[in-house]
Amino acid sequence: MTKTFVLDGKVIPFEEGETIMEAASAAGVYIPHLCHHPEFKPHGSCKLCTVSIGGRLGAACTNKAAEGMKVESETAALNADRLALTQMLFVEGNHVCPSCEKSGNCQLQAVAYHLGMLTPHFPHFYPARDVDASHPDVMLERNRCILCELCVRASRDIDGKNVFGIGGRGIKARLIVNSASGRLADTDMSVTDRAAEVCPTGAIIRKRHGFTIPIGKRLYDHHDIAEVPVAGMKEPKRG
Amino acid sequence: MPEPDVCDLPGIVARWHHDPTNLVQILREVQESCGTIPSDTLDRLAALLNVPRVRIESTASFYAFFHAESHGAYEILFSDNIIDRMAGKEALKQYFCERLWLEPRKLSEDGLVYVDDTADIGLADQAPAMLVNGYAIPSLDKTRLDLVAELIRAQKPLAEWPPMLFEIPDNIRKPGPLTGEAFVPGAALKATLARGADATLAEMETSNLRGRGGAGFKTATKWASCRKAEGEAHYVVCNADEGEPGTFKDRLLLNSHADLVFEGMTVCARVIGARQGLLYLRGEYRNLHEKLKSVLARRREAGLLGQNILGHTDENGGFDFDIEIHLGAGAYICGEESALIESLEGKPGKPRNRPPFPDRCGYRNQPTVVNNVETFACAAKIAERGGAWFAALGTPQSAGSKLISISGDCQRPGVYEYSFGVTVRQILIDCGAEDAHAVQVSGPSGTCISFREFDRRIAFEDLATAGAFMVFSRERDMFEVARNFTHFFAHESCGFCTPCRVGTSLLRNTMDKLAEGKGSAYDMNEMKNIMHILRGMAHCGLGHTAANPVVQTMEKFPEAYEKRLKRLDFEPAFDLDGALATARLITGRDDEWAHLADD
Repeated sequence: MTKTFVLDGKVIPFEEGETIMEAASAAGVYIPHLCHHPEFKPHGSCKLCTVSIGGRLGAACTNKAAEGMKVESETAALNADRLALTQMLFVEGNHVCPSCEKSGNCQLQAVAYHLGMLTPHFPHFYPARDVDASHPDVMLERNRCILCELCVRASRDIDGKNVFGIGGRGIKARLIVNSASGRLADTDMSVTDRAAEVCPTGAIIRKRHGFTIPIGKRLYDHHDIAEVPVAGMKEPKRG
Repeated sequence: MPEPDVCDLPGIVARWHHDPTNLVQILREVQESCGTIPSDTLDRLAALLNVPRVRIESTASFYAFFHAESHGAYEILFSDNIIDRMAGKEALKQYFCERLWLEPRKLSEDGLVYVDDTADIGLADQAPAMLVNGYAIPSLDKTRLDLVAELIRAQKPLAEWPPMLFEIPDNIRKPGPLTGEAFVPGAALKATLARGADATLAEMETSNLRGRGGAGFKTATKWASCRKAEGEAHYVVCNADEGEPGTFKDRLLLNSHADLVFEGMTVCARVIGARQGLLYLRGEYRNLHEKLKSVLARRREAGLLGQNILGHTDENGGFDFDIEIHLGAGAYICGEESALIESLEGKPGKPRNRPPFPDRCGYRNQPTVVNNVETFACAAKIAERGGAWFAALGTPQSAGSKLISISGDCQRPGVYEYSFGVTVRQILIDCGAEDAHAVQVSGPSGTCISFREFDRRIAFEDLATAGAFMVFSRERDMFEVARNFTHFFAHESCGFCTPCRVGTSLLRNTMDKLAEGKGSAYDMNEMKNIMHILRGMAHCGLGHTAANPVVQTMEKFPEAYEKRLKRLDFEPAFDLDGALATARLITGRDDEWAHLADD
């Protein structure tokens, strides 16, 4: 007999060991997230996927599904908190959507649309962050980094290169690269790396491809992120 | 003083078995012997340890005590808890800087000395205090700072400074079962070996001992679960990362009762079947390191550690167990048990996703018991005197005694050992704090209580505490107390999760805005909203509690906030007049018409 739990009143089947996020995605139910990606080990840092698990709050991407558990996700209160988290991500960096190559394909922007974000709400931090254009094919735009560590995970776990890491701590945490000069050009990063295309925002982008698809004709210009949580994602495995 | 060329990198790496798991210890020794961890050292370490440079840089840039730029021959860090400030730290720091003609956070022109602040260094009973090249000097006043300035000017090596500068009295004011009774090293261990592991665990169960780090998890349950968990090895870890501002009771236990602590760890090892233990000592307690190592050496000689402890053998052979000391490097978050384990493994101290908890998957992903220093001291006493004796002390839900570190506005600051259940009022009488107006129980992450609540009790069922007890008289500004704590949390947030990374900085900035007289009721409400996000969504206890000081003082001392509000409705966060500063500079104007009216 298949095990199930209840998510917002809907019965969700799951396999032993699956997280709430994995089971929900397989059933075609969207839970907002940014640091989660189905191909990578759960991270649990953005906290956007926080759900109520039997009354206790926890990240859907790191908490395992359990038989009979009652999970709430699409509540006004949780979505208000998710909106606040998204706004926090906007103000801690320098996100200028109108001039960003990733606009329309950016998951941060798409989550903001999904949650109905109209203003940044909090005072901007306007941090001074480095842009690294040293690499011939890949651009590193730290102003747009949300520290989800997807590139760190992709480079380490898929590419086997360890090009990226997180340096510093607290609000001064920053994306660092594996070279003495601190320049991306001096790492063994390649444009064909998984790490080059996994960034949910415009922090890591391929050079000379920024406007191949015109703004207005991009994924999230026409789809809510709930319909396509990950660009190029495969069909849900069950549902 | 150490010169850059004395840094024996291969030697340090070899001393730590070429094991990248020991990276924090390796970096700490490099920092201490070279004075910096420069960029090329990271490359050399990457080669010697055969790990990517980015991993080394990640760890090296996480800890406050590691830095790539030189801090000169003398690095002076003033402890910056509110208690230090109340004792005149700011004025003394300024005095000291003027004496040496230097600015904080800027290496002196001659490259000799560097002055900065650091989070509470565990000397609130002897505030203000500071660290010189990692070694604590308490009870600062102008006379002592004059002496320090002279020694620096004369470029005297730290080893030749007068020892009296570094003397740190225990300040035990009220002894109890842990701190007042003689303990014969080996007594608890002999009782444990005679009784056997099962019976010892049963005694722990009977004692009803709960963790002394603040959370109060039942120790016997933790040990039993770890014992049952399967793994290649089991580990005992002692959390001596006493970083909660206002707490210094472990300092006393480690300084004068280390045998009790190590013996408690050894008892635990016997129960869970561990062969290795680690004591994670906060970097601020560097001055205790050699002494603790000598206690370990003495215990090995006495057959209380190492191979075949006390010559005991049973069907499984002898009892082998040893303890290694790891030092922290300036990161409060490492007091969180899973962050501590990450740090022990050479990584930045970021709390793990739980479950699994350390009892099943801890150090090196093996079953691990992590307990507080005081918990292990209690465990040793329980092993020696039995669980029933311990359970008879305190209250039914909070058995035993509790060490309280008292500081602030009182006549007799220091460590007091009470049976659980004591009222705040009684403590205030004992320490001479007749004028008390508020008490911060268990540090910034704990509870702020006002004079209306002094009949509350120290116990898990009422005021749970890790041991801090900071007293504030009615002259103190509780807003400044809370503001100091928001700066602390923003500085100590590890940066892993969004709510804490951004939320603690937003709180700090809002409190600063209020302090500048630019706040409004809107900001007060905003801080409550941020608290809601932190409490619900943060990754660990640091984030969950980071807004407590603000919200609790707002509720209990609203007048401290209201008198700062510019007006009660909205005030823009953006300083319009400030934005014109560049324009004024360019045009060379500073007349009345070049400024926006300040309403």
